[in-house]
Amino acid sequence: MGKIIINDVTLRDGSHAISHRLTKEHIASYAKAADSAGIHIVDVGHGNGIGASSLQVGLSLLSDYEMLEVARNNLINSKLGVHVIPGFATIKKDLSRAFEIGVDVVRVASHCTEADTTERHISYAREKGKEVYGVLMMSHMASKEVLLEEALKMQSYGAEGIIIMDSAGAYLSNDVKDRISFLVSTLKIPIGFHSHNNLGMAIANSITALESGAKILDGSARGFGAGAGNAQLEVLVAVLEKMRYETNIDLYKVLDAAEIAEEEIIEAIPTIKSISIVSGLSGVFSGFAKHVMRVANEYKVDPRNVFFELGKRKVIAGQEDIIVEVALQLSNKQNREAE
Amino acid sequence: MSVNVSDQGIDAIIKNPDYCDLVFDATSALSHRHHAQILRELDKVVIDLTPANVGHFCISAVNLDECLNYKNINMVTCGGQASIPLSYVIGQTQKEIDYIEVVSTIASRSAGPATRLNIDEYIETTERGIELFSKCKKVKAILNLNPAEPCIDMQTTIYALVKNPDLDILKKGINEMVQKIQRYVPGYSLIIPPTYENNRIVISVRVRGLGDYLPSYAGNLDIINCAAITVAEEYAKLMASR
Repeated sequence: MGKIIINDVTLRDGSHAISHRLTKEHIASYAKAADSAGIHIVDVGHGNGIGASSLQVGLSLLSDYEMLEVARNNLINSKLGVHVIPGFATIKKDLSRAFEIGVDVVRVASHCTEADTTERHISYAREKGKEVYGVLMMSHMASKEVLLEEALKMQSYGAEGIIIMDSAGAYLSNDVKDRISFLVSTLKIPIGFHSHNNLGMAIANSITALESGAKILDGSARGFGAGAGNAQLEVLVAVLEKMRYETNIDLYKVLDAAEIAEEEIIEAIPTIKSISIVSGLSGVFSGFAKHVMRVANEYKVDPRNVFFELGKRKVIAGQEDIIVEVALQLSNKQNREAE
Repeated sequence: MSVNVSDQGIDAIIKNPDYCDLVFDATSALSHRHHAQILRELDKVVIDLTPANVGHFCISAVNLDECLNYKNINMVTCGGQASIPLSYVIGQTQKEIDYIEVVSTIASRSAGPATRLNIDEYIETTERGIELFSKCKKVKAILNLNPAEPCIDMQTTIYALVKNPDLDILKKGINEMVQKIQRYVPGYSLIIPPTYENNRIVISVRVRGLGDYLPSYAGNLDIINCAAITVAEEYAKLMASR
């Protein structure tokens, strides 16, 4: 069994769960703990990556620059990674600055059908000698054939691996097996999988991905992430150890890192709240949960109806503005019916 | 109709400079930087529909008249044509604006290879336009491509952080501006009128295309094309009157 790369998204996807309010102390102490556990890559930043601090998704407490600098100073062996979505982040404003701080790994992401927006960002990062992955988000919205076509584009731009994200936590085991094994059999570069736990499948789906040939897995301490959270990292490492996969990660130290995250950073341990189940069923981006709850409360509409309507409209990550429009529409309808 | 056509791109104009009076450049930002120099040497009026950020910024509903004094007129971006007139109204009606952000979502099928390759230029040029017209120093632009079928209409949301906002005067100004834009883009409609939500102003518009030459979901293409046509028409009137 070959070596598995673990990408820790605690300090990136976790940002969604605390409305992007990570502090320097949070980043320093968790980065240090993850580094000493031997985590391979530590992702840091706003939930939607660098350049994404916005009213649309949420304003970060710290600038990307501040977050990355603290992380850089606390990582020795682990690589420092960033998530980049073209359409939010640009090369000039965001990527080149991240490189000045010394980012090692760049994960350039697009919605699962829009890989050609990543061409210049992937090439630029490769030219600068970075380790570069292409990321296909909300992958449940495309067939395996489409995912392959998009992954091939990213491969042609220079991506050294492709990460398939189940951003809505919508997959069951067969969906993962079908897609990952198809991609693994055709692509030359390694495949990774990023799960969410809306339907309680995060760890199981990660293992299915591995057994289907994936070599890179994402996880976060205590599952700290958008909505119902991600694959719980320390569980993932333990399961991999039990299955005798090689990760070179120190189990005790990754357990310690999770304790640190729980005590110092996490406000509420992710559980599968009712709203997250609806988010998973409707196939809507997990990161919408907090926004939907706030807006539904403001407009006095059922957040579950908001999610199903968003699912019907096939909204993608980054379309948070539609939440207000949908809530307004549902509230108008409610008022008309009451009259 | 005796209209000259060619498949040679800019070379057709280099070979025969009298080919046309006015050039619409709808290639790409990278190509326009090259074309701009050639067209300047040939003394051609050019209306640039790429986010090349070279010519004088033109938002038809706001500064059309002054643009007629320039030889290279830049139509900013589709998201810019949808959001800048409203950002301009925010700038005209509100006193202390800390931040403006615009988010556009367009149908994947309406975004060609140049838009995709030039997504950074789209953001930079849109941001520069918002800053210029609203006078707000801190701005951000975001672009989403949504592949849903049937294709979605273009939707643009403007957020603003404003101290002591005056919503009444803003609503009045926005309504007037929307009507003005509707004269050349009939499918431009307000779907979230100025609303104060979560300590920010939110305004949202939808842009549906005419569906004449391009599909109706391509409102993003229609709005910038229609804006460019209004400039050309005004320019033609001006030439005819001289």
